[in-house]
Amino acid sequence: MARKFTPKVLTANDLRLGDVVYMTASGDWTRCHAEAELLEDEADAELRLLKAHGQSGIVVGAYLADAKAGPDGPEPVHFREAFRSRGPSNYDLGKQADSKRGTAHV
Amino acid sequence: MYEYSDFDEAFVRARAAQFRQQVERRLDGSLTEEEFRPLRLMNGLYLQLHAYMLRIAIPYGTLSAGQMRQLAMIAERWDEGYGHFTTRQNIQFNWPKLVDVPDIIDALADVQMHAIQTSGNTIRNTTTDVFAGAAADEIADPRPIAELIREWSTDHAEFQFLPRKFKIAITGTEADRAVIRAHDIGLQLVEKDGEIGLKVLVGGGLGRTPMLGQVIRDFLPVADLLPYLEAVISTYNLMGRRDNKYKARIKITVFENGLDAFKAAVEEEFARIRPTFSGVDQEILRVIAAQFAPPAFKNDPVDSYEAALSVDPVFRRWVARNITAHKVENHAIVTISLKEHGKTPGDATADQMRVMADLADRYGYGELRISHEQNVVLPHVAKADLPAVHAELLRAGLATANVGLLSDMICCPGMDYCALATARSIPVAENLATHFRDIGLEDEIGNLKIKISGCINACGHHHIGHIGILGLDRAGVENYQITLGGDAGPQAAIGDKTGPGFAYDEVVPAIERILRAYLALRESPAETFIDAFRRLGAAPFKEALYGENRDAA
Amino acid sequence: MSVIVRDDGFHAEDFAGTAVEIASDIKSDELVQLASGADMVRILFPSFSDGRGFTLARRLRDAGYAGRLRAVGPVIADQYAMARRSGFDEVEIPDDLAARQPEEQWKFRADWRAHDYRARMKG
Repeated sequence: MARKFTPKVLTANDLRLGDVVYMTASGDWTRCHAEAELLEDEADAELRLLKAHGQSGIVVGAYLADAKAGPDGPEPVHFREAFRSRGPSNYDLGKQADSKRGTAHV
Repeated sequence: MYEYSDFDEAFVRARAAQFRQQVERRLDGSLTEEEFRPLRLMNGLYLQLHAYMLRIAIPYGTLSAGQMRQLAMIAERWDEGYGHFTTRQNIQFNWPKLVDVPDIIDALADVQMHAIQTSGNTIRNTTTDVFAGAAADEIADPRPIAELIREWSTDHAEFQFLPRKFKIAITGTEADRAVIRAHDIGLQLVEKDGEIGLKVLVGGGLGRTPMLGQVIRDFLPVADLLPYLEAVISTYNLMGRRDNKYKARIKITVFENGLDAFKAAVEEEFARIRPTFSGVDQEILRVIAAQFAPPAFKNDPVDSYEAALSVDPVFRRWVARNITAHKVENHAIVTISLKEHGKTPGDATADQMRVMADLADRYGYGELRISHEQNVVLPHVAKADLPAVHAELLRAGLATANVGLLSDMICCPGMDYCALATARSIPVAENLATHFRDIGLEDEIGNLKIKISGCINACGHHHIGHIGILGLDRAGVENYQITLGGDAGPQAAIGDKTGPGFAYDEVVPAIERILRAYLALRESPAETFIDAFRRLGAAPFKEALYGENRDAA
Repeated sequence: MSVIVRDDGFHAEDFAGTAVEIASDIKSDELVQLASGADMVRILFPSFSDGRGFTLARRLRDAGYAGRLRAVGPVIADQYAMARRSGFDEVEIPDDLAARQPEEQWKFRADWRAHDYRARMKG
């Protein structure tokens, strides 16, 4: 039996600003994990990754990260991705602060 | 302090212009990310978890008040208002934007600073004793030689693409406050028949395979240093492994080939290239050394200092912990702790940087140091000025009197910032510091070095902590491995793993069990943890950690 | 096809003799013997991030090799000064690299003699 594919989101860092971005269903990039497209088909996910590698003028270091469906959209599975989606634990900086400043969307 | 020559100034400006052009070429597609990456790394720019990170060189940990003020300005203008001082005596900013970095580099050049070779597979910032030039126990100030190495290694054509990064440390004392045994090359100033030379160690390093350096030369004349370094590093460049980045450091090259074979190759190359050095470097060294002449120490009486000691217990405690003897009787070395309980080890806000810069100007002959233990040091302060310095530090939240205690931990950024990390380290440090303060045991425990790394690369030096903590990812959960018995300094040792690791919220109780065992077993309060460990071995501490009778601390 | 880069910019291949080719993993005791008497030595760079070629070139020059010395492979424009300072006369790069990093980016580093700390220390 084929191994079951763990759903993924496609993530990277913004080339100019450095912050964490995710690919949406429309192929744009968002700062918000919940707005990412949850990729449930392996071939589809690989295709998306190839597309991201072709966008080296916009993003850096694209990869597929495990994710799961949540009530408000995809949620991270691994703690590393949870930190990336939030910000550091020692200061109120990064995405956790951006969302309060109302700049989660670009 | 060293002031840039016209040569340095022109070089740094040229490099700033080159980097600006490299960023533009990355953005216009001339450079791929793969090609740009080593170039940005050669200029200290990483891509981390949440953002870019810029690591700025503080050569041998020495900086002026004006330079510290510029760092404060950069923190506020282009970052989030703070900076992180590192075990390599550098500073890191965690939130710069790629498009702003050329401007930051220009601002650094304005105060004779740069970010060159703070990353990449090249020769990094040469680190040294934070008390250099002020300590009573040194043979000579090692910083002129560190500066000579800085100049020689900067932009060295042959050594920009080594198999792996290369770190050199130099100390002027037997006490070794620069951890030279844990560096690719360690240098110690030694005296023989009235001549000052260098003991050379090679092949030390922490990381995945920790090793202590071995002596490759007992006594190297200072005049031979640069050709000898070239011989060692070019031998490594050819012999070092490039097939596996975890086996690419010189410690593996020396280990796999054996010290004798490695040394033979080095000596052969040294014999060839020594005659090609004309000796002009020694003229340059003399010019450099003159710039490190100590300031004209003032001769203020110490009465007010002694009076403050007798009436002010807070001051007295701070003096007992944070002051080190200076080579001049009526002066002192001040360590400003960046380890306030519950705060991020090594971080300073822009305001705090300015306070420290102002103190350096008013009371410290304009000079500051960064220690590899992530504190800031005022190397020369008249004892008469200590009460005023302490009062200012208190107002700025910088008077934590904990140097050498449990909360004075080395701690890497861990998974709160670092892309390589496998677990967090900062909150572990915060929790340990506040817990032992709250239960009132920190002073009772006394001198203790805890060092925390958030991954196997060991930026937090966990192997050489009396207690080392290593954060790992075990099946998607943070897990912390404890090592005991490590030490930096002349009795350097690699700590031993105690056994299975601990979950994030089990770390503080685990450390408490170890330390309660120490308190119960020590011969007297004068026997420190590491002394007790050396006397007793690991067994009683492992029993406290894992045994059935462990109390529920 | 490839492009030859010198201080004055891009050139077509203009060497017709026999060159000695040296791989970056050559044993250092064979290096000088292999090169001796050659009109041209080509030192191969397997990738831009493999810096062995710089040490090999410097050692060859220190050993007295005076012939033409060429760095061959995906060396990037930002390494041109390193190559020249290590003793190379010229760099041979593949066409696609030359297209992506045009001539002016290489000429920007034709000032490789300037700001050379090591040369200053060596005297």
